Amino acid sequence: MTRFSALSLFTKALGGHQSWPEQWPDAAPKPAYDAIIVGGGGHGLGAAYYLAKKYGITNVAVIEKGWIGGGNTGRNTTIIRSNYLYDESAHLYDHAVKLWDGLSQELNYNTMYSKRGVMMLAHNVHDVQSFKRHIHANRLNGVDNEWLTPEEAKAYCPPLNISPDARHPVLGAALQRRGGTARHDTVAWGYARAAAALGVDIIQNCAVTGIRRGADGAIEGVETTRGYIASKRVGVSAAGNTSVIMQMAGLDFPLESYPLQALVSEPIKPVFPCVVMSNTVHAYMSQSDKGELVIGAGTDQYVSYSQRGALHIVEHTLAAICEIFPIFRRMRMLRTWGGIVDVTPDRSPILGKTPVQGLYVNCGWGTGGFKATPGAGDLLAYTMAKDEPHRINAPFNLDRFRNGRLIDEAAAAAVAH
Amino acid sequence: MILIHCPYCDEKRAELEFAYAGEAHIARPLDPSALSDEEWETYLFIRNNPRGRHHERWRHAHGCGRFFNAVRDTVTDKFETTYKAGEPRK
Repeated sequence: MTRFSALSLFTKALGGHQSWPEQWPDAAPKPAYDAIIVGGGGHGLGAAYYLAKKYGITNVAVIEKGWIGGGNTGRNTTIIRSNYLYDESAHLYDHAVKLWDGLSQELNYNTMYSKRGVMMLAHNVHDVQSFKRHIHANRLNGVDNEWLTPEEAKAYCPPLNISPDARHPVLGAALQRRGGTARHDTVAWGYARAAAALGVDIIQNCAVTGIRRGADGAIEGVETTRGYIASKRVGVSAAGNTSVIMQMAGLDFPLESYPLQALVSEPIKPVFPCVVMSNTVHAYMSQSDKGELVIGAGTDQYVSYSQRGALHIVEHTLAAICEIFPIFRRMRMLRTWGGIVDVTPDRSPILGKTPVQGLYVNCGWGTGGFKATPGAGDLLAYTMAKDEPHRINAPFNLDRFRNGRLIDEAAAAAVAH
Repeated sequence: MILIHCPYCDEKRAELEFAYAGEAHIARPLDPSALSDEEWETYLFIRNNPRGRHHERWRHAHGCGRFFNAVRDTVTDKFETTYKAGEPRK
């Protein structure tokens, strides 16, 4: 692996960039590993990287049924924020935001993390009260969040329509300045490259077809389309397909998988400086460095694995966007797509041990998993290395659905997540 | 948008007229106070979430307003059948 630096870029440029080596080898599965991660998205690759980097467990395989970052890692709207209401969530998501901060340097790979600010619009009295409550709760937890008047919001994001005559008038906004966006693909590629450099095998086109358990019930390994792979430790980070994998181990999970759609416009000159979310009208938007407006829609109403959704969901979102940003009414949309998100009853993730010895899970991130990528990877690695959860992810256990200690961000976050 | 056959109206209508209502055939406990925590967890939270045939409830919200059950493939989103509430699992 060649380290990226100004010097290496310059030297390779002299040769017309023809002599770059592959970023990581396309590994074939070995018969056994110390640990296996199922799912080669950002979360899973992050877990493999931290297992190798922090805990010295380098005999690790990441197995991915498709290609690296081809699932939800490549399908999200790349928003990063940590302004969650409850203490447990604030700690969990802020852990990730802190890791985002130094990630490009740590991985020697530009993740393009841009702290352009995430602004949530308040359109009615309920929004104002709820957002102010969020701001105070966040600040008590050391998470930055501040209240803006409509004029301040307009100054921060000039395309905003703050006319009092608007169908959904802007009464103010909550701004998290550390929030922003990152380039989603580079996060997966950066972790894959850094993990492979430490000895992790990254195995693509290898779907898990079964999970083998011993007489004592503990994990022995996984059956895959490329043969049996033995391991005493298996971490599942398979997003929308988690229920399917868990049923192979005989576990029923409190998850439902829904299609979540996103869309991008034709590229235009820089016009939109931050991320704007409006829970009341179900819209959020940012502009990518390529110039496309990146727009997130809502989930479809029914359970599905089809990775596509209905057009009326997109229409609903665009109607809201046009109402708040009249200048975009004549924009044309370039592409829409869908990803399958696994949603828990309380809209908080499940990250920890399972009733099966040696089987760990990172799932249930629902519609908002990208922001947590480094944090989820780090905490899954900790849980797998120590066979116990870190105090940050301890509340996000599976038992909470039995003992009732839910972390009910569904109510707290209103809609978008 | 998917088209859904309402077994009461006996018509195929657009999804916009319907509201999804979750997994079907989850029976409400007859004696709730006798349930263990584990049984409550299963009733309230555990869902089948299969990749393939899924039994689910829909409501013809902007039509007859009635609940019915359906079998749909979650990979293709294609409906296999819909049937009236109270009829046995198909």
